[in-house]
Amino acid sequence: MQGVSDREAEWAALMRAALGGDRAAYRDLLVALTPVLRAAARQGCLRFGLGVAEAEDVVQETLLALHLKRQTWDSSQPIGPWLRAIARNKLVDALRRRGRRGTEVDIDAFSEVLAAPVPEDSGIRRDVAKHLQALAPGQRSVVQAIAVDGASIREAAQRLTMTEGAVRVALHRGLATLALRLRSSET
Amino acid sequence: MKTDDLIHAIAEDAAPTGLHPQRSLALALAGAVTAVAILFWLLLGPRGNALASLAEPRFVLKFLVTLGLVAAAIGLVQRLIRPGAAVGIWRSALLLAPGLLLIGIAGELVTVPSGSWMTVLIGTNSRLCLTFIPLMGLAPLGLILLALRSGAPTRPALTGAVAGLIAGGISAAFYASHCPDDSPLFVATWYVLAIALLAGLGALLGRRLLRW
Repeated sequence: MQGVSDREAEWAALMRAALGGDRAAYRDLLVALTPVLRAAARQGCLRFGLGVAEAEDVVQETLLALHLKRQTWDSSQPIGPWLRAIARNKLVDALRRRGRRGTEVDIDAFSEVLAAPVPEDSGIRRDVAKHLQALAPGQRSVVQAIAVDGASIREAAQRLTMTEGAVRVALHRGLATLALRLRSSET
Repeated sequence: MKTDDLIHAIAEDAAPTGLHPQRSLALALAGAVTAVAILFWLLLGPRGNALASLAEPRFVLKFLVTLGLVAAAIGLVQRLIRPGAAVGIWRSALLLAPGLLLIGIAGELVTVPSGSWMTVLIGTNSRLCLTFIPLMGLAPLGLILLALRSGAPTRPALTGAVAGLIAGGISAAFYASHCPDDSPLFVATWYVLAIALLAGLGALLGRRLLRW
């Protein structure tokens, strides 16, 4: 069995590569983190009477926050405490927004992967989907082309007849706007 | 949107963007000191005997206290904007400035006759002190808070308050070279009040501006 510290060392290595612009490493990291984040989010949500769909929203918010705040990780430090603090913060945020008292949330069990049963269906009630519709048209078409249709930056640029630079900017701003809207929404 | 789709979009956005939090804080601090220096020279300027006063322990103590506060608060805020970072010794370092001030007060109480304690505490310049330290600290507070937005403080109000301590400390250090009141009793009363105003304002603003 792989120990927690081995796993976190691996995540840290992937994140270092990602911070240098390595997209493949970044994707590997996000894919590896998601089930762990999902287990923690579900545990937290269940404790406060929220369901699996809400937990998935928390997972998506956490992924966005990790992404937009990735420069706040000090790459000379272990990555675990940083990840846990962000996941906890987003969970507490989500619980507060839904009127749950989130101050007593304890997700220290985060480190143990729970066997996460069948994850997502793309339910239309998801916050992220809702807020995607509210993005400015330029940002929305780029985020949609890349996220929903699975295009790369280059493909999206060709499809939307934009420069790759413009697609990059629109994608980044779109993700940041999405995170902002999620944070300020009163679901 | 499916989580896998979101992951794909995020991974495509891997190219580094924006200023590193550390660097934006450094820029903000440089801007803050410049802004206060200009305002200070326009509005007040150092007192005539400022250079000669450097031989006076009570005069020097004002700078040790204010700059000690600035240094500790900068160290602390850099930890506060990193999720999960250990605050370590920086919380205790914040006690350095009050500690120095207490030593100064002890010295003052020994050397100044008790009948004059209130006189030196009230001083001659308390109103100016209460006006100019907060006033000159406003621009630094704004700049520092803006820079901290690139961080991710899990405690936004506290982080904003510490930003207020930095801004207040910088402002007070400049003001100290103007103010004729050198008594640690004066500093402990009016400087502390003025800096606390900025810290309170920082906490209020931080709660709004530093969420992420």
